[in-house]
Amino acid sequence: MTSVMSFFDIMLVLALPWLGWRLLASPDLFRAVVLFISLGLLMSLTWVRLHAPDVALAEAAIGAGLTGALFLSALRRLERMQDSERRLDYAEKREEERQAPPARRRRSKPIAYGLALLLLVFFLVLLGWSLVKTSVSPGGLGPAVTGQMGQTGVQSQVTAVLLNFRGYDTLLEVMVLFLAALGSWSLTRIRQPLPEEVAAPVLASLVRLLVPLMIIVAGYLVWIGSSRAGGAFQGGAVLGAAGVLLLLADVTVVRQIPSALLRWALVLGPLLFLLSAIACMWIGGNLLEYPRQSAGAWILLIESATAVSIGVTLAALYAGGRPLEPSALEEAGEVASESGGDEGEGE
Amino acid sequence: MAFLHNLGTVCILIGVPFFVSGTVGLLRFPDIYTRLHALTKADNVGLGFVVLGLALQAEQWNTVARLLLIWLLVLIGSSASCHLVARAALRKKIQPWSRS
Amino acid sequence: MSWLYSTAALCLLCAIVAGLWRILRGPTAADSMLAAQLFGTCGVAILLLLSKGLNWVVLLDIALVFALLAALAAVAFALRTWGGTER
Repeated sequence: MTSVMSFFDIMLVLALPWLGWRLLASPDLFRAVVLFISLGLLMSLTWVRLHAPDVALAEAAIGAGLTGALFLSALRRLERMQDSERRLDYAEKREEERQAPPARRRRSKPIAYGLALLLLVFFLVLLGWSLVKTSVSPGGLGPAVTGQMGQTGVQSQVTAVLLNFRGYDTLLEVMVLFLAALGSWSLTRIRQPLPEEVAAPVLASLVRLLVPLMIIVAGYLVWIGSSRAGGAFQGGAVLGAAGVLLLLADVTVVRQIPSALLRWALVLGPLLFLLSAIACMWIGGNLLEYPRQSAGAWILLIESATAVSIGVTLAALYAGGRPLEPSALEEAGEVASESGGDEGEGE
Repeated sequence: MAFLHNLGTVCILIGVPFFVSGTVGLLRFPDIYTRLHALTKADNVGLGFVVLGLALQAEQWNTVARLLLIWLLVLIGSSASCHLVARAALRKKIQPWSRS
Repeated sequence: MSWLYSTAALCLLCAIVAGLWRILRGPTAADSMLAAQLFGTCGVAILLLLSKGLNWVVLLDIALVFALLAALAAVAFALRTWGGTER
């Protein structure tokens, strides 16, 4: 068994940098995006082999699914902005390259590659030297964490570290996500998509089947994060995927969500986290020092709120702009239903 | 019990070639519609046999239920997305391959 | 019978690596996307086999998340990148 698994590992280890190189060296953006999705899938398998199921869950949800959909939609908008659909047709692109003057390309390539190789060798030597020079403490931090698990209120070591021992870091990370949503919202408004000429009934059924399941799985992941792999980020990522699916399918109900509700959902996680931190200080203790008996309950509350916020943040980042105000929504809805065909027929 | 275990092994050994044939079809078939066809065989039948084999070897009903749920989700997701891709391909007027 | 799971997982990984060629070659964009879709399903199968072989139940959860999200990128491709009306 183990020798076959080492073949497996070797193949993974060889495939990953090769994929990374092909993806960066690809002249075609679309192909690079698809390679990136495949890289996410293989990375998730690698995390599994490295005994890190929490990271594998997050990588599968965010790296392979969400970021793939985000890049593909962004690619579409980029294409339209540059007024050229050529890049999606490989054959035409090859024609262009064949007719382009080759001399200018060939001169700069060896210099660039040589520099890159030099830098790579330099950093490898630096890394090796630092590895040799560092003294390794026996066992690392593992025994320290295991020894304190009884006081954390959860059974999973990862959740204990994330939400209890290093809860402050997670608080700041949640704030960073919130800032990202704020940043994307301050740049532009959502573009109202025009309805499809013919709505696809398969898509409507898919959304009806998958979205409730995704919400349930997200809740399951948040709940089971206290004892196994899971937690707020993973649950939030699946929730974000549900939101992206709703946005892709252009479901009518999504357009009618009042923007106040969206804003509150975005704020819920960071706000609750911050309030809990301050409340802990008030109850008696330091910032984010949960009372020992109810630590598990505090962590579950914070994780649930954070999962909701992360899900809404990811879906909002995919949507790419702040929501329209209700009056503008009605106008856009009227315009869309005049120009489109049977809009909202499945919903 | 050993009979179920061996039956499960046989099912898994049947399922893996379907995956391989799906990949071979993806590489060798001439146009996108035929490649879609090969792909869905791997998804439905290949994964179905692997799930069947693992379910026969599972030790708890909990595991069997989760395996079946995973198979169902892959079926739903992959068939819907393949349908949408084929529909988009038709609207782009990509011609199916013909023997001439 | 643990050789079964590891050998099957290895075969599926080989299938994934072979499918990478189709991504690089594919005459239309959809071929690349379909190959990525196949990787998702192969990944689910690999995770299921490993969960039985390594006796690790959490891999079933990861396979569940894979299965849920496998279709997402392909649907995004079919609706936005490749299809869809001009906006």
